[in-house]
Amino acid sequence: MTHQFPTLSEAQKRELHETALRIVSPGKGILAADESVGSMAKRLAQVGVENAEENRRQYRQILFSADDRINGCIGGVIFFHETLYQHTDNGVPFVKLIRDRGILVGVKVDKGVVPLAGTCGETTTQGLDGLSERCAQYKKDGAVFAKWRCVLKISEANPSKLAITENANVLARYSSICQQHGIVPVIEPEVLPDGDHDLRRCQYVTEKVLAAVYKAMSDHHVYLEGTLLKPNMVTPGHSCSIKYSPEEVAMATVTAIRRTVPPAVTGIAFLSGGQSEEEASINLNAINNCPLAKPWILTFSFGRALQASALRAWRGHKENEKAATEQFIKRAEINSLACRGKYTGGDNHGEAGQRVYGSSHAY
Amino acid sequence: MTHQFPSLSPEQKKELSDIAQRIVAPGKGILAADESTGTMGKRLQKINVENTEENRRCFRELLFSSNPSIANSVGGVIFFHETLYQKSDSGKLFPQVVKEKGIVVGIKVDKGTAGLNGTDGETTTQGLDGLSERCAQYKKDGCDFAKWRCVLKISDGCPSALAIAENANVLARYASICQQNGLVPIVEPEILPDGAHDLQRCQYVTEKVLAAVYKALSDHHVYLEGTLLKPNMVTAGHSCTKKFTPQEVGMATVTALRRTVPASVPGICFLSGGQSEEEASLNLNAINQVPLHRPWKLTFSYGRALQASALAAWQGKAANKGAAQEAFCNRAKINGLASKGEYKPSGSADQASMQSLYTASYVY
Repeated sequence: MTHQFPTLSEAQKRELHETALRIVSPGKGILAADESVGSMAKRLAQVGVENAEENRRQYRQILFSADDRINGCIGGVIFFHETLYQHTDNGVPFVKLIRDRGILVGVKVDKGVVPLAGTCGETTTQGLDGLSERCAQYKKDGAVFAKWRCVLKISEANPSKLAITENANVLARYSSICQQHGIVPVIEPEVLPDGDHDLRRCQYVTEKVLAAVYKAMSDHHVYLEGTLLKPNMVTPGHSCSIKYSPEEVAMATVTAIRRTVPPAVTGIAFLSGGQSEEEASINLNAINNCPLAKPWILTFSFGRALQASALRAWRGHKENEKAATEQFIKRAEINSLACRGKYTGGDNHGEAGQRVYGSSHAY
Repeated sequence: MTHQFPSLSPEQKKELSDIAQRIVAPGKGILAADESTGTMGKRLQKINVENTEENRRCFRELLFSSNPSIANSVGGVIFFHETLYQKSDSGKLFPQVVKEKGIVVGIKVDKGTAGLNGTDGETTTQGLDGLSERCAQYKKDGCDFAKWRCVLKISDGCPSALAIAENANVLARYASICQQNGLVPIVEPEILPDGAHDLQRCQYVTEKVLAAVYKALSDHHVYLEGTLLKPNMVTAGHSCTKKFTPQEVGMATVTALRRTVPASVPGICFLSGGQSEEEASLNLNAINQVPLHRPWKLTFSYGRALQASALAAWQGKAANKGAAQEAFCNRAKINGLASKGEYKPSGSADQASMQSLYTASYVY
């Protein structure tokens, strides 16, 4: 590490940093509408809708035709490749529809997970081949940010050292390539909630994974101010018998990121994983009320946690479209409050008023 | 990294965290009075004083018995081993003198640098052997924090990947051992200012070194909330022809730290390196005025930059003790203000010092 060689000019750095700031402007988060064709199949099957391109188009149209109420709640939308080139019923490109509202367009650029041989079912993520050219094209087509998802899991033997280093490395390569094209990389090292591990174990693993991610970012000369992080919140595994409060989830999450994510990272937009819409909002709210100093913006990048109710309201019927859009707007507004720590809703939240966060030393 | 195994109990963590917070309480920094015997020889030679144990005791006595108000600016003092067991004129052990002022006692625990074969004159630092037992003893003898200095340099081929990785690793081992014994480790990865490199080069190298340090600390399961960092400020090399303002030094330094030092580290106490007393204070002040979010305390851990005037005023003569102490107290007070960004140098109010001189368009 003796000499610095040129990576980004001052103008390029400024562009990336400003884009990142705009995506996570106070009160705003990200709508993750980048479900692959395969993932959409699962979603549509749940409401009895056929997984046809036209149905996928109509469903995204429901989200994108939300009115001005979402302008103050959504800073960016992540698109799947196919959706980037689709139009509304009136022939308006989705990209234009979104951009004209002052919302930034992002695109999922990874090509899914592939197994790591010799591990216990672990994966890395592919998509680096020709990524530079693809990014250049996406930039021309209106995208200013990208997203790449890596996946790790917790079990007796996992995550292994190989899985951690390999995924961190591939995230750093992706980031480096994006930035060369004026595209802000959203970095997603998801630690899955599958399993019966407790909160503490998830926190430990999340800290190790994030430390590796940021070392890789440094090694690959990534400009941190021009990136966003999309991590899991620190939660117990799905089959864990112990129940934790949102404040405990918040304290564990904020402690983990304070120990690993450099203050230079512009914003952290949490994924919702398997959480319900309400759970995700309440946890995000608790995170923003956690009494530890938090030098980054803490917001959302939700898929299911923004769309579940809308999907259910739609069920593929044209007459339900407006109602479905309303459901989406409602969740967007709630999460806008949550990312400012101002969400007071939630029915099973115990008594309002003082929340007990506990001491940071115990984490 | 599958399972967590016990390293520290919640009580141990709280103790370490509380100690660290006390050392870098608002307006306070560290007096680095841990010069080895050899280094003290150099300092004393400059004022024509013989390097005897008594003279070393005399000078430290001068510093430690200063006005108790010194505790408003000094949160901790780093001792050298010999000094820990010396006594004041009134027969009180120095650690006790310092503690009675409400100042935390620390101890240098490394045993100096050792060459890294196959590199261009680079080093690592030794001192891990029996460190655990030594830490336990130091804790009994009144210490609550420790310090370990690693050294890197900038040149055409340096710092090498080996130097960065080896020094980061040894700092993490030291930190881990300290915490087991209730001592807050001050982690010092000094990048020397020797050379003709510019500010940008120093910033780049500092970022790489600190990224490696914090990865090593994570790998070694070190509890960051119970540590302190003692880095170099980001400055141009001594022989660099271009001059940079304190504002530029401040911006480059804070940018580097924001990119590498986790927010959970409670405090960053800069070393002064080759800087003059005034330079070190002005730079620290500028650092605390940088318009970027700084989630850690940014303060001082100064040796020469706190003691130079006192040493010069003393000249080894008892009659000069008062004047020397005043000089020391003055620098301590100034640096206390600088650690809050409130130092307003009086006298030569040159036009430049009042204006912000860093180039706003330069993206660091």
